[in-house]
Amino acid sequence: MISKLLQLLFKHIDAFLMACLFFALLTSLFVLYSASGQSLERVYAQAVNMGVALSVLWVVANISPQKLERVAFALYVLGVLLLIAVALFGSISHGARRWLNIGFTQIQPSELMRIAMPMMLAWYFASREGKPSSVNFIIAGLLLAVPVALIMKQPDLGTALLIASSGFYVLFLAGLSWKFLLGATVSLMGLMPIFWSMLHDYQRKRIEILFDPTQDPLGAGYHTIQAIIAIGSGGATGKGWLNGTQTQLDFLPERTTDFIFAVFSEEFGFLGNMLLLSLFTVIIIRGLMIASQAQSTFSRLLAGAITLNFFSYAFVNMGMVSGILPVVGVPLPLISYGGTSMLTLCLGFGILMSIHTHKNLVAN
Amino acid sequence: MGAELKNYLHEQHHFKVRLGVAALIVFGLFALLAFRFSYLQLKQYNHYQTLAENNRISLVPIIPNRGLILDKNGVILAHNFFAYTLEITPAKVKNVEETIADISKLVEVSSLDRKRFKKFREQSHSFESVPIRTHLNEIEAARFAVNHYRFPGVEIKSRLFRHYPLGKLGSHMVGYIGRINDKDLKNLEASGDLSNYKGSDHIGKSGLEQYYEKQLHGTTGFQQVEIDADGHAVRVLSSTPPIPGDNIILAADSKLQEIAETAFGAHRGALVAINPKTGEVLSYVSQPTFDPNLFVDGIDSENWKALNESLDKPLINRPLRGVYPPGSTFKPFVAMAGLEAGKRAPPYSIHDPGFFTLPGKSHRYRDWKPSGHGTVDIQKAITISCDTFFYGLAMEMGIDNLTSFVRHFGFGRKSGIDIDNVNGKSENGGLLPTPEWKQRRFKQPWYPGETVIVGIGQGYTLVTPLQLAQATAILANNGVAMKPRLVSHIEDAESGKKQMLPPVIQDRIELNPSNIEIVKRGMIDVTLPGGTAASVGANAGYSIAAKTGTAQVIGIKQNEKYNESAINERHLDHALFIAYAPAEDPTIALAVIVENGRHGGSTAGPIARKVMDYYLLGKVPAVVVAKDTKALTGNTAVTTTTPEEELHD
Repeated sequence: MISKLLQLLFKHIDAFLMACLFFALLTSLFVLYSASGQSLERVYAQAVNMGVALSVLWVVANISPQKLERVAFALYVLGVLLLIAVALFGSISHGARRWLNIGFTQIQPSELMRIAMPMMLAWYFASREGKPSSVNFIIAGLLLAVPVALIMKQPDLGTALLIASSGFYVLFLAGLSWKFLLGATVSLMGLMPIFWSMLHDYQRKRIEILFDPTQDPLGAGYHTIQAIIAIGSGGATGKGWLNGTQTQLDFLPERTTDFIFAVFSEEFGFLGNMLLLSLFTVIIIRGLMIASQAQSTFSRLLAGAITLNFFSYAFVNMGMVSGILPVVGVPLPLISYGGTSMLTLCLGFGILMSIHTHKNLVAN
Repeated sequence: MGAELKNYLHEQHHFKVRLGVAALIVFGLFALLAFRFSYLQLKQYNHYQTLAENNRISLVPIIPNRGLILDKNGVILAHNFFAYTLEITPAKVKNVEETIADISKLVEVSSLDRKRFKKFREQSHSFESVPIRTHLNEIEAARFAVNHYRFPGVEIKSRLFRHYPLGKLGSHMVGYIGRINDKDLKNLEASGDLSNYKGSDHIGKSGLEQYYEKQLHGTTGFQQVEIDADGHAVRVLSSTPPIPGDNIILAADSKLQEIAETAFGAHRGALVAINPKTGEVLSYVSQPTFDPNLFVDGIDSENWKALNESLDKPLINRPLRGVYPPGSTFKPFVAMAGLEAGKRAPPYSIHDPGFFTLPGKSHRYRDWKPSGHGTVDIQKAITISCDTFFYGLAMEMGIDNLTSFVRHFGFGRKSGIDIDNVNGKSENGGLLPTPEWKQRRFKQPWYPGETVIVGIGQGYTLVTPLQLAQATAILANNGVAMKPRLVSHIEDAESGKKQMLPPVIQDRIELNPSNIEIVKRGMIDVTLPGGTAASVGANAGYSIAAKTGTAQVIGIKQNEKYNESAINERHLDHALFIAYAPAEDPTIALAVIVENGRHGGSTAGPIARKVMDYYLLGKVPAVVVAKDTKALTGNTAVTTTTPEEELHD
């Protein structure tokens, strides 16, 4: 009886992926405890966030991909409308208009787009019969460009680029021609200067400082410099949990959120970093396996895009904290403190599990 | 196989290829990250470890207590006390002007404080704290402490302050400290002492405070402190305690100093008293004096102007930097020169008609006594200060022989006393003129008449009061020159271990004892009835050898008569007096110069007598006793009234 109930409960949960996620979330709580200056309050808050996110994961995992496919278009339209609303009525904080007040709480519609975008494009390609044509790709490109442009306008360059890439993954997996990819790469290079001129001053500054953080050691370069010092001084095996001097003595900025990786690196060293990279790699491989085994075009494209999107976030965050990418304000997936990103992330993993556990039903 | 299925498998294949490419990119980029981590954490580990440690560990200097300056009896001339200061670190404050305005609502900030702050701020880096208020009282400190949270970048600090409890007394000797400026920093850097001044913001600027800076400052200690990003100390990692500066103990007695300074009354001038056997300076007076406490926190422009522009020149360190013609106080040394050269040995004597003429010339070098002194031998010439005698002697010796001999007595060169910086200026070496010097200086030949007047200490000859005292001490010590010094010993502030500064023989002049006897005899007679300072020796109870002198401030033309009442007070002659006592076995030798005091015997002599009376007999003059009973209350103006016999020299 109990085993039956358990079986029913975890029918749509992928045990392997779930184990990986648990391991990552547990790590998150430990790192957060250290990063927050031994604040159990912070750890509890994050545990609550995780609880909510995992519940969402469970719910989504139990929804079949077919149902998801049906709501894809509506979700996308809702997302775009909300982004337009943000542009019109959003509240400004730190010089950017990103949040929308919906009475009882504030939401960040760009977060919704992280899921809605790949869903929409996957739905679009799934609804076309046969091999997608160039026209299909052009239409998909436009579907991609609208929300990305809106987010860029906020301005939130980091999120815009990541959402653009999440959409791009769908295009790529759907078979965007190699010629086009090559051409696009070349022309992107050519468009760089124009793109540069469109950037806001602070964005340019961030990129400039990326190449030379010492330009502004006490200002914009401070974050990167202190993060790199934290990582480098972690050495091979790290300074030990709760013993990172950069962390504990407040030299690291934003260490519970965007720069939490520096805390992890300082205290657990190169060894810890390799383990974390391995964990992320295993999660990604599992996601790609789910994608390759998926039975419908929609499932495949969506699973692939969600997995690669997870990779983007992890890579961009670790890259920016270790000083090889500009500081774009992206949290480290599964580890950084914050409810929204945790929720979006688990939503994605829920979809992956749903795709994986519903395939036999489809086959039948 | 249906076309649909075939199509499906085809699509599946294409998708897997794409996934494979994506996986390769994922691995590639993660490998890039791994490479980056290995670079930062393995290859560059030492570099970043050092940076992290530099972030975390701060070396906090612990300033050593500055050594005390004490007189021979342990009376404090310079010490330290703790007081609160309010300091602003300009780099940490958004708007300095506004902050000061806000602070002034809590504690009084005078315009003087503001000016001083401005001055110090210009001299220091923006990340160094600069005092806006010093010496906060407890109430002010508490009032600010309560409101401290409103003033980031403003700090209450407890600091050691230098204080000179005796104020003006002996200030030219003690000197003062002041805030370290750029020039001091450069000097410290050049001498390699800069690291020892981390945290110190004061340094000796003048007098003993400057000369003994190395000993007084001590060695700065350090604390290794773990700090957080805001610079707050989290914990102390290690600590090296500072070594306090040594105390320096003078040979001078503050009581004697007080007696000497009081004896000057309203007169300007200088007095230096030396123990001829050791070179120890027993009293070092420069009148008027100044309050060194004004300089410690930076003197304000009003006080500075008052001191600097005063006609009395209180900032001039007269014993060291004041140059005067020695006048007749030069005669004993000229006499010594003559005797050692085999000239004028008794019973040789001259007949003094009241003037001297060079052979073949009509110009009369007049004696101070127009009628002349009659028959005069060398001993009597000293006693009655016969000008005519010395005119002739100088002429016969020649300027080169004369100056090269008296140079041994310290004239024309620095004494090497342990003060060498007075407002950035060093000891003045005085001047012993020679024909070469004149040629160099004026491009003119030396005239024989110039040699004549050097014989009575006039002409180009210039001496400092210190040189004159030192020359007297050398004579008193039978030609053995002891290096003059104010400090008798240095004391380790922690252990109390004393390090005596051994007397240093500077020079040993080979003098014939019988010649010494003649000169000394002549000087003893000066203070006996018939001598030019008979009143100074009257009822002394010990024997005094002395010589009076007068130095012209303005030249008197050939046929003009010196008319005291017609001359501006500041153009009156300077009065000089040298002496040593007890004459048989001298323990004190001194020189006194009273500017515009006219006659050595009547103004300078009594000052010397008071100093010797106290030093030898412990006698305290009535005015000083009265002053002491009123206890340290400012300066009581005392005028020396000496309506004694009309004396000349």
